Amino acid sequence: MSVMFVLISASLVLALAFLAAFIWSVRSGQYEDDFTPSVRMLFEEKPSGPASETNSQPNNQTE
Amino acid sequence: MQLEKFSYDNKIVKQFAYATMLWGLVGMLVGLIAALQLVFPALNFDLPYTSFGRLRPIHTNAVIFAFVGNGIFMGVYYSLQRLLKARMFSDFLSAIHFWGWQLIIVLAALSLALGYTTGKEYAELEWPIDILITLIWVVFGWNMFGTIIRRRERHLYVAIWFYIATLVTVAMLHIVNSIEIPVTLTKSYSWYAGVQDALVQWWYGHNAVAFFLTTPYLGLMYYFIPKAANRPVYSYRLSIIHFWALIFLYIWAGPHHLLYTAIPDWAQSLGVVFSFMLIAPSWGGMINGLLTLRGAWDKVREDIVLKFMVVAVTAYGMATFEGPMLSLKNVNAIAHFTDWIVAHVHVGALGWNGFLTFGILYYLIPKMFNTRLHSMKLANLHFWIGTLGILLYAVPMYWAGFMQSSMWKDFTPEGQLKWQFLDTVTKMMPFYAARAIGGTLYLTGVIIMTYNLIKTVKAGNFIANENAEAMALQGEYHAHSKDHWHRWIERKPVQFMVLSLVVVAIGGIIEFVPTFLVKSNIPTISSVKPYTPLELEGRDIYVREGCYTCHSQMIRPFRSETSRYGEYSKAGEFVYDHPFQWGSKRTGPDLAREGGKYPDSWHYNHMLEPNSMSPGSIMPTYSWLLDNDFNSAGIKGKIRAMQTLGVPYPEGYEDMAEKDMMKQAEQVAASLKKDGIETEPGKEIVALISYLQRLGKDIKNQSKAELKK
Repeated sequence: MSVMFVLISASLVLALAFLAAFIWSVRSGQYEDDFTPSVRMLFEEKPSGPASETNSQPNNQTE
Repeated sequence: MQLEKFSYDNKIVKQFAYATMLWGLVGMLVGLIAALQLVFPALNFDLPYTSFGRLRPIHTNAVIFAFVGNGIFMGVYYSLQRLLKARMFSDFLSAIHFWGWQLIIVLAALSLALGYTTGKEYAELEWPIDILITLIWVVFGWNMFGTIIRRRERHLYVAIWFYIATLVTVAMLHIVNSIEIPVTLTKSYSWYAGVQDALVQWWYGHNAVAFFLTTPYLGLMYYFIPKAANRPVYSYRLSIIHFWALIFLYIWAGPHHLLYTAIPDWAQSLGVVFSFMLIAPSWGGMINGLLTLRGAWDKVREDIVLKFMVVAVTAYGMATFEGPMLSLKNVNAIAHFTDWIVAHVHVGALGWNGFLTFGILYYLIPKMFNTRLHSMKLANLHFWIGTLGILLYAVPMYWAGFMQSSMWKDFTPEGQLKWQFLDTVTKMMPFYAARAIGGTLYLTGVIIMTYNLIKTVKAGNFIANENAEAMALQGEYHAHSKDHWHRWIERKPVQFMVLSLVVVAIGGIIEFVPTFLVKSNIPTISSVKPYTPLELEGRDIYVREGCYTCHSQMIRPFRSETSRYGEYSKAGEFVYDHPFQWGSKRTGPDLAREGGKYPDSWHYNHMLEPNSMSPGSIMPTYSWLLDNDFNSAGIKGKIRAMQTLGVPYPEGYEDMAEKDMMKQAEQVAASLKKDGIETEPGKEIVALISYLQRLGKDIKNQSKAELKK
């Protein structure tokens, strides 16, 4: 069943890579604020100017 | 603080959106034809290119990699730019990615129709296309990480984490599972054999579901649902927790596709445990998606985008509840190999992937074309007939699966099997017909959507480059903790990416070492011998025609199966099977012990006209096998490839193979002649018969030999 070693090592390498990514994300402060990001993504900064047809407020244009 | 002006690339999003619609229509139409073939076998048209065994892989590949694949890229290219406040890294890479992916799709469709297949489900494409996929995937990753590096928003929103996990994991799965030894440009053998091949294949297969159909779509859900509802996700904290839990658990769940088969019991249990745990992060995602709409349910009544997305997330919740249940061995014993699984995957595909894609399309197209949707009425019509289509598809399939499994396991009071296999097929006809109606409704909905969106596009003005402005990324972020030795990794993702690539490469080298150890601890059975050249050729024909899409070669250790098919399958019986052909669905009976059950002439007539041997059979005819000559000259390369893979043909056997092949072919032809069938020995049918007559026989010889002792 040697292929199990392949799969387990590949899976472990991946898991370790994810673990490293997780540690990076925590240490780099990705999760220090767990509210603002969810609101920030709603805003779209359109350039201000007369040509711009939308304002910088989040709006729902899907009706 | 410097305000930078830039623009988002909408052109690439538009291209992927069009491709999504086009391939969605194609993939679903092929699926509908395949569904109808099960009701009306005449729809196989007696042509190799349109027979079920070749259409079914075209359908699955088209909907997964063409429809959903383009849907992923559409949503990623749209949301990534906006979340990072940056244009895609390179328009040129975007273009290569787009056209490269479409080229792969066209090559895939053509090659599968022509019968070029590796015979591994959802990884059927032959090796040149596998290489092309790898290259294009790297281009996608390059473009994505390039954009991440040039971002103007330090924080990576949770959707991006899902995209990164998708990119990395799919790359690894694709490479490990696609390791094969080329024989010609259009033919290769899987590096792994039998049980090992099965493990790799379903490790891949399950994670293809996880990291191609689930994680990217969860990322899209986290962008498009809050956007469409205009309110933040219910719990950002939950999104982070369920993301990390999901990706850590998913990778171990693969063996649940192989319960009760010849893989070791501990591997089966591992798969069950991890599959069951998966319910927690999966439902974390569903709950987060649905609760985002708390207090906004009035919008769902009005907004077509949200309507589609709510059904999508609900379908996701149902499918991810059902998945862990199906992984329990007692449930799996009933559901495996039946239409229950077909229902399960279609709740996911039609509901979750399909409806989320439609929601995104209805959101994106009017926005990018700066207009309103052409017709709300048509969109609502699409929503309702689509939903009805899913129900009409799923309910009959659940019913059919449960009923078929019950019939397979039914014994008379005298202890005899109550039903012939054929009875369990003919009883399925009404359900298959109802399923086709459900599929027709669903496809009609997609056609309506396409019309509606084309009208919308015509009425609008496309904004190819959407202007935006944002602050440049400011200096370094200082975490509240002290500086640390790996501070340098944290500064930019480049170092991090390089480092993880190194780690993955080391892992890649390590993982090859065991595969070179051809001898493994699979219990070998001394009576199991390599296939003869003719049988090998026949096996390649079996793979080419996609027989595995309807026939399993795996007898599970249940009384109902051993009484019907014979001794249960052992791991040692498959050591020379490159690739394994265990199958995942029994539309027709299991063939693991087919050898010697019927005379050669039965198989000949059965391939020519299945109904003549099994009245009521829905198997298509394979008349071309009677006319086509097999390529006897090609056997040399095949034997040599097998020797490289460790199949113990004697040294120098490749030069004698062709002679042996023709000798055996003449024996088969002679046996057919005895039953009044004249055929030349060089025909493909002869090779296929020799393979079918070999199936599962080795172990019978062993028991005879033991009896004589």
